[in-house]
Amino acid sequence: MKSSFLGTPDGANAIDTAPLPIVELRAVGKRFASGVVALAGIDLTVGRGEFLSILGPSGCGKSTLLRIVAGLAPPSTGMCQLTMGGITGGRVAAGRIGFVFQDPTLMPWSTVTGNVLLPFRIAGRVGPRERERAATAIRAVGLDGFATAYPHQLSGGMRMRVSIARALVTDPDLLLLDEPFAALDEITRLALNDDLLRLWERHRPTILFVTHSVFESVYLSTRIAVMTARPGRIVADLPVDLPHPRTRETRSSPDYAAMCDSVSATLGRAMGGAP
Amino acid sequence: MNGLWLRILAPLLVGAVFLAVWEGVCRGFGIKTYILPPPSLIALSLWTDGPGLLGSLWVTLQITLAALAAAAILGGLISLVFSLSRVIEISFFPYAVILQVTPIVAIAPLIIIWVHTPFLALLTCAWIVAFFPIVSNTTVGLNSADRNLLALFRLYGASTFQVLCHLRVPTALPYFFAGLRISGGLALIGAVVAEFVAGTGGAETGLAYRILEAGYRLAIPRLFAALFLLSVTGIAIYLVLDLISRRLLRHWHESVATEEEE
Repeated sequence: MKSSFLGTPDGANAIDTAPLPIVELRAVGKRFASGVVALAGIDLTVGRGEFLSILGPSGCGKSTLLRIVAGLAPPSTGMCQLTMGGITGGRVAAGRIGFVFQDPTLMPWSTVTGNVLLPFRIAGRVGPRERERAATAIRAVGLDGFATAYPHQLSGGMRMRVSIARALVTDPDLLLLDEPFAALDEITRLALNDDLLRLWERHRPTILFVTHSVFESVYLSTRIAVMTARPGRIVADLPVDLPHPRTRETRSSPDYAAMCDSVSATLGRAMGGAP
Repeated sequence: MNGLWLRILAPLLVGAVFLAVWEGVCRGFGIKTYILPPPSLIALSLWTDGPGLLGSLWVTLQITLAALAAAAILGGLISLVFSLSRVIEISFFPYAVILQVTPIVAIAPLIIIWVHTPFLALLTCAWIVAFFPIVSNTTVGLNSADRNLLALFRLYGASTFQVLCHLRVPTALPYFFAGLRISGGLALIGAVVAEFVAGTGGAETGLAYRILEAGYRLAIPRLFAALFLLSVTGIAIYLVLDLISRRLLRHWHESVATEEEE
């Protein structure tokens, strides 16, 4: 039984007891044509239903790692294996992975609905069922009434919501988010953090979330992989044991503060005391 | 509202002052009308010779619009081929540049000799001048699709054709229209230049021929009247193309969108 982002939540059953991790990286390295070693010896497994943050400074190869998981870039060494729909390895079927970039990455000539329908349009099926799913996804990110708006008529935060709706519309097994809120103002960022958290708590999708914010990673995730740069390596893998549901009160709890301190310290040590 | 009035009234005022000074200078210094006719005489000539000139204008306009249409269609297709094959783009683009930088006045006589139908010969000349801005702009547009959107299309398993239809072509449309607006004016210039060349060879064509003819006969007011019609035509072509592109790109491009939000 697969959990669904947009259908009726099936409560406690949402977490499948799948034997295999959904993402498995072994000794993954990436060397660019320029000779720059972006990643070296990355070992990482992501279990079904986890919210894993990859935390690190700019230029540590976090985004490259995400692109390798998405299949957008091949690793130079090692292997990246995905298990989806009961199949391990091989080509991932279109729509099994949702991707959200740092920029909303919308088509300016398309309405909100048109943008959210893009995965279906590429798959060559846009019927009443798909339109209904798009409408549900748009509702799920709180954009009721903006279905026919064009991107230039929306605020930065709303555009990002459209981008998230588009990633959710195919009901993917894995959601990859590449610093999605980095370009937003603090207030919008906090609101979208809460919304993403609600979404995860309700449907327990598997999320791989790249960020450079300690606070964001602690608040959102169930696990944090800390990365350092040149070459990009994972130096710590920390579970976050803060109870769910997490709310704004969580942010003022001593446990949250302690966890942030601990993650900051780990990051600081890994970077040679100069975070 | 205030700004709009300023935008209309201020240029009109400048124009009126300019015409008044022109009229005053011509009358005050008694300048011969075959050197510089006063605006009033040009207006009169426009009134009397206008109907005759309109027939010639129609010929020029047909050549211009046909050349522009051919430039839009062929230029668009050439750009599509360029965007699909980097090798073809690299191989052929320099020749498009060569064709563009070679003065049309220099090649027009050859084309008029080679192509026997005058209309087609003039059309070819105007097309050569007009097609380049469309090709260069549209090629840039087709290649400037957002990198992340391209990645997203790949992630969802889009074919090359789908990327072209749903991403590259829509991205290129504002670039195409920017090229088209430039080409509109250039097609008219190309048509006029070709008519001049053909006209010196004795072939009676459009408005440029009438300018040539008026010059020979020292009918300078009529020359100015024809010149006035040409300018108005050029402005009209630009405005129509601008309107079309604004209409089509309303939701699209920031250059259009931000102006509407003002």
